Order: sequence, then structure tokens, then C-alpha cells
Amino acid sequence: MTAAGADLTLRHPVERFRLENGLRVVLAPDRSVPVVAVTVSYGVGMRNEPQGRTGFAHLFEHLMFQGSANVPKMEHARLVQAAGGTFNGSTHQDYTNYYEALPAEALERALFLEADRMAAPAITEENLRNQIDVVKEEIRVNVLNRPYGAFPWLQLPAIAFESFANTHDGYGSFVDLESSTVDDAADFFHRYYAPGNAVLCLGGDLAVEQTEELVRRWFGPIAAREVPPTPPTGEPSPTTVRSGVVEDPLAPAPAVALGWRVPDPVGDLDTYLGTVLLAELLSEGDASRLERRLVHDDQLAIAQSSYVGLFGDPFDVRDATLLTTQVHHPPSVPTEKVVTAVHEEIGRIAEDGVGADELARVQARTEAQLLRQADSVLGRTLAFATAELVHGRAELAGELAARLAAVPPEQVRSAARGLDPGTVAVLELRATGGRR
Amino acid sequence: MTAPVLIPPLGEPRPQPELAVTEETLPNGLRLVVVPRPGVPLVELRLRVPFAAATARAAAQHTARASVLSGAVLLGTGTHDATGIAEALQAHGGELAVSTDPDRLLFATTLLAEGLAPVLGVLAEVLTDATYPADRVEAERARVAERISIARSQPGIIARTALAARRYGAHPYAEQLPAAELVTAVRSQALRKLHRERVLPAGSTLVLVGDLDPAAAVDTVGTALAGWTGEGTAVAAPPVPQLAPGALQVVDRPGAVQSNLRLGGPAPSRTDPDLPAVRLANMVYGGYFSSRLVENIRERRGYSYSPRSSVDHLAAASSFLVEADVATEVTGPAFLETWYELGRMALTPVTVEELDAARRYVLGSMALSTATHAGLASTLSALTGSGLPPQWLAEHQQALARVTVEEVQEAARRFLQPGGLAAVVVGDAGQVADPLRAFGPVEVAPADPA
Repeated sequence: MTAAGADLTLRHPVERFRLENGLRVVLAPDRSVPVVAVTVSYGVGMRNEPQGRTGFAHLFEHLMFQGSANVPKMEHARLVQAAGGTFNGSTHQDYTNYYEALPAEALERALFLEADRMAAPAITEENLRNQIDVVKEEIRVNVLNRPYGAFPWLQLPAIAFESFANTHDGYGSFVDLESSTVDDAADFFHRYYAPGNAVLCLGGDLAVEQTEELVRRWFGPIAAREVPPTPPTGEPSPTTVRSGVVEDPLAPAPAVALGWRVPDPVGDLDTYLGTVLLAELLSEGDASRLERRLVHDDQLAIAQSSYVGLFGDPFDVRDATLLTTQVHHPPSVPTEKVVTAVHEEIGRIAEDGVGADELARVQARTEAQLLRQADSVLGRTLAFATAELVHGRAELAGELAARLAAVPPEQVRSAARGLDPGTVAVLELRATGGRR
Repeated sequence: MTAPVLIPPLGEPRPQPELAVTEETLPNGLRLVVVPRPGVPLVELRLRVPFAAATARAAAQHTARASVLSGAVLLGTGTHDATGIAEALQAHGGELAVSTDPDRLLFATTLLAEGLAPVLGVLAEVLTDATYPADRVEAERARVAERISIARSQPGIIARTALAARRYGAHPYAEQLPAAELVTAVRSQALRKLHRERVLPAGSTLVLVGDLDPAAAVDTVGTALAGWTGEGTAVAAPPVPQLAPGALQVVDRPGAVQSNLRLGGPAPSRTDPDLPAVRLANMVYGGYFSSRLVENIRERRGYSYSPRSSVDHLAAASSFLVEADVATEVTGPAFLETWYELGRMALTPVTVEELDAARRYVLGSMALSTATHAGLASTLSALTGSGLPPQWLAEHQQALARVTVEEVQEAARRFLQPGGLAAVVVGDAGQVADPLRAFGPVEVAPADPA
């Protein structure tokens, strides 16, 4: 539609260097607004957790906000927020990130804060017990005390995959969380939070030379440690239908999720891009295939969505991952009818292909959404950081719009052929405690 | 263990870019606000149409009809069906989201910059020629009813609805979610009438922010929306009565593993000179992570993941709100600490450091949230839709910069005192009602009478 993808790459040249301790540094300057984003992404996520320590990557993320060698508890937040900035962190399947968006004049302060906790976070018994309680409340809010809380993101992987890395609950069981110790945390930090296992990505209103000097000043003194190898998380593709049922006593209406293995997001990116567009074509907006069929024409569904990657971002995961189609439907519609209709719609694409016009519209919409994410300094910087960590190339984030725009219809048809009804994982949610 | 000398000081602030705002009122009465911005080649569009219920008596039905209209308005026009409308927008990167709140109907989309004229053309078609086909409306109202039943199973929504009922009594703002039986009775004819009478250019505001030329954008809008006319005037919500907070209400949710604590009371409006001080008092109390409430019930006691307070504005009522979701077994103690911190705000002064940190955060986060096309468009839409000029932003920032410790304390005494707030707890009444009686009378209500 437009050359905006290429335009984005040009506007944000990426500079990179590596410190002697192994820390990878990416700078994406753009001085149009006086805002900087400081992000540190560590190459450890939920898939790295050992058996018996489910939820530990996320619990450890909480511990990283409890202060560090030169920063007392609560001071990390105060130093960022009292500078007019915002902060947060998030744990993903393959990485964990920490970030601040601040007025440009607070850049050095944020570098100090990130370096201080990369060197020595305050892992104490008191902080650990406190954050176990906080994480339990987080799980109660997001999972246990609400309908559809674990659906399907914590429940579908157990059916769709085989290995512990891919199937376990990344939020964690209360038993595992409660039995976590300070030694576990110290070991986890030592093993996974080495500077060589991290990417520092800075974006926004910064001068390259001066920023490099500041980065060296604050991060340079951190000692190098051995970097763990990236664990293989791929697994053989399924050859059969797998299905499961969960009961949700809080839900008033049933739902179903279908998950298919998709191509390797990193090793086979070109093929994978066809799958990413297929998910958009299936479910994004009133013009999409499943919205028309399930919601408007056959009136089988209350709501539907499809996405690639367990957390909805197709570009932040390694193999193995899924395209998931999720449908909420009235109790009067049998699950089987929904599942059949979904397979039929995908089968139609597999057989007849996709018209160039329809695909061009989907590509325009996808491009607008990527540009919208890139309009925020923080959103853009996090995308560069993830691309560097997962794909080894920050530049990819700026090229995605253009690369998706170049995907031909035939490739989307191939992607649909990959969503074989014979290898799907189906998770049915039964509403058992509702009023009807 | 602290060594503050290590902490790098802040540098010199760099100037915020000035907003270049073009304002225009079209012959049909539509107010237009256009802001060109560098950055990505996108435009953000927000059309805000006043849509309040005129009277308390009409509120239940109005809310039900509005909830169906916001989806049904996109189900077809004289020239396109629902798919055709969606395709025409999608070709330019757009997808129209239509939503309602107690004050307005909002049409919002992102679009690729080259698509401004065609997207406005589709918008004009929807505004002037929506047909509300009967069969599609029937299906839509059934879906809305199902979605409402799902919404009513969410504890956060149960709590919000209960607090609104308590605070607004018979006022239309008490109608947060329509009753399913009213929704399933909504007919095409009623939607067409509601559209004709209330979807009017006079009183509405259209905001465009992004990669555009203001003069050309004004022309494009003038041409595209010239045919949108209508008799009648915008309806605003009636004044809100001041109700006494009443007894603490426990909404029973048997077996709940968590309790949702909610407190709320009035706050100054956007034009009230007390607003800046109340906003800063709110920040110190629970408005951000570095606040007393978060330090106390999250970081010290581990009772809650995301306790927070906020100042919220509707056209006829502004509110100070406190929210915390806590484990069932600590409901009493968590309420105590929440209450204690409110009392401390009302009765003792904040420190200069607390005030300065809160002020810098509010100013910084306003700058961050208006640094994107989407953030600026939404902010300007809310302001201009409330009758305030875009310059309000700068004036409000200057007012925030002047607030003193004494003013914060006076504001907290008036607006944060816990006895002045209505309180609702959604949770397992069998376990939490007794401990909560330590604070005074408790009324227990069933979860969802509907």
C-alpha cells in the first residue's frame, strides 16, 4: 500500500556494540520527541524453568524490583517516577524484560538503575516472601478469581505440546512458588542474568557517542559470567488430534480453543510470515473470514479471535509455538459445530487460496498496527530489543511491515494447508457454575 | 546501605514540542480539531458524539439501546453491508471501533495517512445512512446480551457496577451495564430513531492527529461530512445529586478467593481550581507505584498485586476512586490499611519530597501519553468533548507546578477523608462481612440480582 515499512527502517538507523563482559547494546536514536526508552532483556523465560520451579522466571522478575546494591527497596520506582518516567517488566516464554520510558534528561539515571540491578539485586528472605505473596495475588486477580482466567494460555499448551518446557504453567503453582528459596533465586540470577545473556536497547532522544560513553561507564564494570546455551525448545510436530476439557465454575458461557503447530518463527521466518498474515485474515475485524462466518452469518459465536504466539505477539517467541483460534459461544451451540465451521473456513483458504485484493487489505491493516506500535518510543524500542534477542537482528523490527507487505497470496494458502484438522489440539471450556 | 552520591542527577529538561492546533467549526455544527505531528505515516481519528441519557427514567432503556447501537451502526448502509464497510476501512489500515460510555458515543480508528478521504467517506456513510437491518440487529442484540452476561461474571465489573449504583442512586450514571432483557428487546426501529435524534453534528467533535496537512485535512472533512446534518441539540447528563456515602456494602460472591475493595467519592471537575491539588494528593496516596498505598499493602504486607487510586471525569461528575483486590483471608486488615492511609492523607501533611515526586511524575507521564498520535488524539477528544480548549493541557500543567503542600493537605482533607467515601467490597460475605463490621455497619447484597 505504501512504502512505510522501508520508511520506518530509514528513520531509525540501529547502532550496536558489545561490551567486554558480553552485554549486547543496541541504540535506536530518534530525536523527534524528548523521550528516551531504556530496556534490558535477559535471555531467560518461562521455558527455562526447571521442574518443581514453575513460575520462577516471573517470580524472579518481581525480585528485580526490590532494590539493588545501591538502591534501597521502593527506591527503584521512586527514582524513575520522580524523574517523570514510567517503568515495568514482563516475563515471556523465552525472555524477560525490564524497561523505563523517561524524559530524555533522565537517561543516565535509568542506566545506573539497570546496571545496579544487573550487578547485584537485593535478593533477601524478606523480599522473597513478600513478592511470593504479591505474585499469588497477581495469579488470583488474573486467573483464579475470574472466569476464563487460564483460558487458553495456561491450559492449551498442556494439550498441544509434549516437553515440560512447553507444557508447564508459567505463572506457577502455589506449591512451587511457596517452596522457592533465596538460594534458588541466587542460583537463577547467577546462571541467567549474566551480562552476556542480556541485550540493552536504548531508543529515542539520545546522542550516540555520548550514550555509548554512559553505557560503558555504568555497565562496563559488571564482571563477565558464563552464558548458558539457549535451550532447544522445539519438539516434533504432532501427528494426531489431541483434545481436552476444562471446567470453569465462574464462566457463564462455554468456549473452545484450537491450536496448531506453526513453522519455526526464527529458523523459518519467511514461511512463518504467511502464518502471521493468515491469523489476521481469519480473525481481525468485521471483514475477516471467521468473524463473518461464526459471528455474523451462522451466528455460532459471541466473539472469536486468532493469534500466533502464546501471548499474542508473533515476533517474540522461538519454536515451538501455535496459531490459536479462540471462540466464545452461547451454551445452545454445540462445541462440535464451532470446531467444524473453523476447519471449514481454513479448508476453504487451503483449497481456493486468497484473492490478492483481500490479502492487500489485510496487509494494509497489519502495517498500520505495526506502525502504531512503532509510534511510541517505548513500543519501538522494545520491538528492537526483542528482535535482537530472539532473532539476533534488531533491524528486523523495522523491516517487518515491508516484509509482511511482500508476502504473496500463495504463501498464505500454504500456511492454511499447515493448519491440518488432523493435527489440531482442541481445548473445550465448559461453563459449570454459571446461572444457566 | 544507600549511597545517594552514586545516583546520577537529572540533566536539563529539553523543551516539549509545541502543539500546532487548527480548530474549525463546520457549517453543520461539527467541531473539528486537527494536529499535524511528525512520526509514523498514520492518522488517528476520534469522533465523539454526546450520547447521555436525558433523564433517570429513560436511562435503563437508553443504555440498552446504546449498547446495541454501537455495534449495529456498522451492520449496513444504503450502499454497503457490514463486510463492505469493514473492507473499505481495512484497505486503508483502518477498523472503526464504536464504543459508548455514560456521556458519549465514540468512533475511533487508526488509518494510513493516504486514506484520510476514503475513510472519512465511509464514516459519513455510516453517520448519514446506517440502515440497521432487522435480522442483523436481532443477532447483534443477542450477542450483546451474551457479552453482558460474561461481563457480569467478572468481579471487577461487579464491583464497578455496585459502586456506581451506590454513588449515583437514581441518576443515569448508576446504569453502568444494561439489563439483558432490555437489550434483547431492542428493535431496529428504535435504533433508527435514536440515531436520527442523537447522532448529530452539532455538539460533536472530530479530532485528527498525525501525518497530515491541517488546511487540506479541514477541506477533506468539510467535503466528506457536509451531508451529515440533523435537527436537534446534544443532550448532556443531568446534574449529579450528592448522596451520603451510606453503610459499607458487601456484595456476596460465595467461594471467591479474593475480595475487590472499592471506595469512591466526588472530586473536582476539570475546570475546578482545586483539581491540581486533588490530583497530586491522589498520586501520593495511591496514584502510582511510589505511593503510600502501594508501599503499605503491596510492598510491605503483600496483600495486593495492584492497589491503586485515581481521579476520573464524567461530564456531570468527577470522582476519586480507590481499588484493591486482596486475598479473602486478609480482607479486613487490607481494608484497615487502605482506610488508615486515607485518614493519614486527610489529617497530616505530605512531605515536600512526596509532593515533588508526584508532580514530576504527573507532568512526565502527561508528556509521555501525549507523545504518540493515538495518545494525543484520545486526550484532545476527551478535552474538547468536555468543552475545554486544547490549551487546557498547558494551563493545567502550569497549575500543577504551583501546588503547595498546604493545598494538597486541604484537598486531601476535603476529598480523601475515608468517612466521605462510599465503600463496596465484592467477596465471600460468609468470610469477610464479620471482619469488616469492625469499621461500622455492613450491608450484604446478593451478587447479581439481574
